[in-house]
Amino acid sequence: MSEATQTLWLIPTLPLLAAGALALTPRDNRTAAKALSIGSMALALLLSIRGLLESLRLQGDHGVAREFFNFVWLSFGAGEAGVLKLGVVLDPLTAVMLVMVTFVGLLIFIFSVGYMEHDANFKQFFCFLSLFAAAMLGLIVSNSLLLLFICWELVGVASYLLIGFWFHNPEAAAAAKKAFITTRIGDMGFLLGMVWLYAETGTLLFYDGGAGCLEQGAIAAMVAKTAAGGIAVSTCIALLIFCGAVGKSGQLPLHVWLPDAMEGPTPVSALIHAATMVAAGVFLVARMFPVFEAVPPGAEGGATALTIVTWVGATTAVFAALIAVAQNDIKRILAYSTVSQLGYMMLGIGVGGVAVGMFHLIMHAFFKALLFLGAGSVIHGCHEEQDIRKMGGIKDHMPWTFYTYAIGMLCLTGLPFLVGFVSKDEILVSALHGNTDSLVSLLPFLMGLFGAVLTSFYMFRQVFYAFYGEYRGGDEHTPHESPKVMVAPLVGLAAALVFFSLPKLNPWGWFSGFLEGGHHHEIPTGHVAVVIFLSVVAFLVGASLAYRLYFRRGIRSADAPDALQERFPEAFETLAGRFHVDELYEASVIKANAWLAKMADLLDRKVWNGITQFVTQVAVMFAWFARLFDEYVINLGFDFGCRRVNDGGRFATKPQSGQIQSYLRVIGISLAVGVLLLTWGCSGS
Amino acid sequence: MTLEAWLVFSAALFCVGLCGALIRRNAIIVLLSIELMLNAANLNFIIFWRYGVNADAASGVMMVIFSIGIAAAEAAVGLALVIAVYRHFKTVNLDKVDSMKG
Amino acid sequence: MGVFGLMNDAPLISILTFFPLVGALIVGLLRSNDAARVRAMAFAVSLVTLFPIAFMWLNFETYPAGGGLQFVERHDWIPSLGVEYFVGIDGLGLLMILLTGIVAPMAIQASSGSPKNPRLYFALILFLQAGLYGAFTALNFFHWFLFWELVLIPSYFLIRNWGGPRCRAAALQFFIFTMVGSIAMLVGFVALYQNAASFDFMELAEGARNNGAATMAIFVCVLLGFAVKVPLIPFHSWLPATYSEAPTPVTMLLTGVMSKMGVYGFVRILLPIFPAQVEAALGVLTALAVLTIVLSALAALAQTDLKRMLAYSSVNHLGYCMLAVFAASQYTSVDPQWAAEKSAALSGVIIQMFNHGVTAAAIFCFIGFIEQRSGGLRGVDDFGGLRKIAPVFCGLMGISLFASLGLPGLSGFVGEFLIFKGVFALNSWAAALATPGLLVTAVFLLKILQRVFSGPLNEKWAGFAELTTREQMLVAPAVALMFVLGVYPQLFLNLTNSTVVRIVNQLAN
Repeated sequence: MSEATQTLWLIPTLPLLAAGALALTPRDNRTAAKALSIGSMALALLLSIRGLLESLRLQGDHGVAREFFNFVWLSFGAGEAGVLKLGVVLDPLTAVMLVMVTFVGLLIFIFSVGYMEHDANFKQFFCFLSLFAAAMLGLIVSNSLLLLFICWELVGVASYLLIGFWFHNPEAAAAAKKAFITTRIGDMGFLLGMVWLYAETGTLLFYDGGAGCLEQGAIAAMVAKTAAGGIAVSTCIALLIFCGAVGKSGQLPLHVWLPDAMEGPTPVSALIHAATMVAAGVFLVARMFPVFEAVPPGAEGGATALTIVTWVGATTAVFAALIAVAQNDIKRILAYSTVSQLGYMMLGIGVGGVAVGMFHLIMHAFFKALLFLGAGSVIHGCHEEQDIRKMGGIKDHMPWTFYTYAIGMLCLTGLPFLVGFVSKDEILVSALHGNTDSLVSLLPFLMGLFGAVLTSFYMFRQVFYAFYGEYRGGDEHTPHESPKVMVAPLVGLAAALVFFSLPKLNPWGWFSGFLEGGHHHEIPTGHVAVVIFLSVVAFLVGASLAYRLYFRRGIRSADAPDALQERFPEAFETLAGRFHVDELYEASVIKANAWLAKMADLLDRKVWNGITQFVTQVAVMFAWFARLFDEYVINLGFDFGCRRVNDGGRFATKPQSGQIQSYLRVIGISLAVGVLLLTWGCSGS
Repeated sequence: MTLEAWLVFSAALFCVGLCGALIRRNAIIVLLSIELMLNAANLNFIIFWRYGVNADAASGVMMVIFSIGIAAAEAAVGLALVIAVYRHFKTVNLDKVDSMKG
Repeated sequence: MGVFGLMNDAPLISILTFFPLVGALIVGLLRSNDAARVRAMAFAVSLVTLFPIAFMWLNFETYPAGGGLQFVERHDWIPSLGVEYFVGIDGLGLLMILLTGIVAPMAIQASSGSPKNPRLYFALILFLQAGLYGAFTALNFFHWFLFWELVLIPSYFLIRNWGGPRCRAAALQFFIFTMVGSIAMLVGFVALYQNAASFDFMELAEGARNNGAATMAIFVCVLLGFAVKVPLIPFHSWLPATYSEAPTPVTMLLTGVMSKMGVYGFVRILLPIFPAQVEAALGVLTALAVLTIVLSALAALAQTDLKRMLAYSSVNHLGYCMLAVFAASQYTSVDPQWAAEKSAALSGVIIQMFNHGVTAAAIFCFIGFIEQRSGGLRGVDDFGGLRKIAPVFCGLMGISLFASLGLPGLSGFVGEFLIFKGVFALNSWAAALATPGLLVTAVFLLKILQRVFSGPLNEKWAGFAELTTREQMLVAPAVALMFVLGVYPQLFLNLTNSTVVRIVNQLAN
């Protein structure tokens, strides 16, 4: 085992220690907050780069190089079967994720120093951010589904704390709770999938020298078994685990929390709700890919689990992109864009495997973090204004922000030859490849293409609204460029994106080779050409539509209706109302839950308590009867007897008058009578 | 006078005492009546001694002197009791004294 | 060395049990009626009992041969009836007395303010503590039952005399419910004695089931006694009223330790003695456990009183224990492949008992602090925005609430994970049906954080005080335990492993 693997555990531990130390430092110690969190993150970045280099060094021509280090966490008796191990693993998947998270994380930490400068809870913010980073990094290095789950929940908590960071704002508090609960719905599936996996394979370690749950033996055993309904156990487990991914990555139908999560500070949105945590769902599917792709021997068609992943991803991609078209909050547009892009990643994994999905994940992390930080810079410069209708023309006021934002946005929309184009293109190529035989199997590809049009449209719309035209935010203040500490991370991210886009570098070729261990999908060049052509068309259609509607006509005032709204008021209304999914949930799930709670309470108060009351009443009634019997049957007879005895006694005491003379009289009379009788008796005889 | 005449006299005296003791309500009168009965008994001693076979010996007189002595002591105790009763009940009317009532 | 040598032979458990009893007498006869002084005295007595416990822990043999009992004391008492004074502990017992030793001093310290008639109040708490020690160490039905009932008496008076406005009704309800359960259990054990001629739990576990002494009717009687105590729906209707009307320190003891007596009974007595009966009634019992989990979580969601809400939460958490206990009774006659799953479930039960005891006590302690500051007000909607002025309060209570909802890294998760791991393998559907309980628990616990601590500050509580140092010290050990056991559960699993393996082996016979 290499030294890099041995020290892998340090990567999550460093931010964790920083978080722990910050939790105990006094509230106003801003220097410590900055130094500890950024320092630990920088160290983690260095260690991650070392891990990546080590992983590259280990990489041979055959298969994926993988090192792991497992340790016993607990044992619950019953010998070897009762030992539960956790572990860390260093493989290409871990390595690229680590570098991405630490790099983006570090830049966002730096950005936050400027963004949160005036906040009273500055230290707390960095404490939570470090906690998040620790959990996220732990999730990545984990070699055990349980450890992954633990970190998975911890990132959820960190996200909860950071969304609700401005807790005095009721919306933020509600959004935090909503995020936690919604993701936890998915996590219940995850938990069940995990314990099922544990029950089937007897281990939760991913890789354990042949005994891990992702390795040949375990997968074969799971595939061979069928659960109820004839579905392979591996498929059931994969789908249950996918529930967790759906919740975390904001896929339909659990996407509702992600837009609301924008109530948190913008760096949080950038780090957690764009670049890293929401991508954890995709990462999970990538990590568990062997279970997802397992197909029972002799079965027809592809893996059921992957088909479902594909469809969920494609639907989400289009659905969220449609909503994004009609939003006016700069962060919400980006949030729906994130949901949509996460859909693309799922689609990519579903149709093209780990490398396709992960490549988009990594690239998306860079440009979406850049966009969010840019949006944060805009919001900061426009005095906490988030409505794009009240912006406009800020390109001249904030040039650095604008140009970096433009790079990010062009990556997202897929300007040809930028890296964003490449990653999306790979997804579409994979979606097309091998699926041309029927319309249904072609549908994910078409949805992806349509989503690309929409992406291009809503991003150009946003940029035209916010950066072009006249400033519409009132006369009190004009926008200003953000401080250097905020601009620097933007430049860093933009530079990274430009670097990745260099044609000589060919990041995709390198990436897929690295992740898939030299295996290369052979895709007919004809398909590739078709897709490139269609992607370019999609980009141009979206961009030109937005150009016609929002740029050429110009936006007159902040209150003017949207150009789309004028043409299709009803459709726009539906989109602006986000398809009324929230209202639907409000009226169904939440209401049903409240109703159930009420029923449970009533059941308690009326039924169970009623039974108790009834039993009590019956007991009281018996007591009452017993009392009646006592009083009127037993007591009456007894009392009667007592009274007779009493009367007799009173009669018997009559002679006992207490007067000595009467006693003597009786004695005297009896004496006289006695003497007389004696006398007569004697004389008689 | 004959023996019978004396005996009838002493019996009459006893009866007077007895009736007094049983009927009168005043405790002091009752005490006096008891003395009367005692004296009737003393009279009988004298009578049987005087008409007895051995009239020379002073046995009857001796008996009576003892008896009178005891009677005196008894009268003192009786009076003391009467006084105690009076103190307690504030009366010497025996009808009111019934604390032995059952 | 000399002292320790002496302690090795000393009747530690008897000392442990009777020390608080003597302490109760001393406290009851104190001259001073000053609450603070009486409390200090009672606290000292209560805390000192941790020393023998700590000693037993240090000298506890982790893997004794046969997973047997340790620190055993055994004396004849009424030989003609087979009654012995027989006490001892295994991992389960040790954890339970440790829990008692932690929660009781906490409850005493949490009784700040001045309860009326403090001497009696604190004496009763010590009395209760002694009863709990007795009940967790006794191994012969006869005096176990004495202690079991002994616990009931002080708690009845504590609820009745120091409770909320409707405490008399609540106390009576509590007393009658548990009494009915106890009497049923007494009848059951007398019947069992008729059949098996023994009151000894260990002998009964070994012998009774093999010679047909344990019958369904006896089982139902004994079950009733424990089911009321835990409680298992539908025997729970005494609990919300009792928990909310009892003075908060007593609620800490009720939920922290006394509810564990029921679960302890299930693990120590019911499961080993009546495995066949549990298995025969498995469908009904599992259904009841699942109902307990789901209904109590939902009912908690509908509550507005914090104490009632957490009372239901307590029912919910112990519902998982019940589920695991019942699941572990399956496949009694089949092969040992289930041993790992069963020991996971039972380890989960024991760990969950301890963790829930600490966590629930801490949460009720926080509610007590809220009550003291608000003058008895504790509706979930009565506050708002308190985090702004009491961040440490919010932080520590938040940690406890997250521990309670089973956040990994804190103690609640380990027990729940082990329980789900075991139960899913043994009875997948029951585990799946119980998961909504986990979700709803999160909903109502976060509702507390949202309504009480977040949002704009309710001006009425602008003077809401932050935790004092004393209060922080009071909850600090509990919060520290949540972290320690969340990260390093092996600390306690080491103690319970041999016990769990022994129980599982008994079940497999």
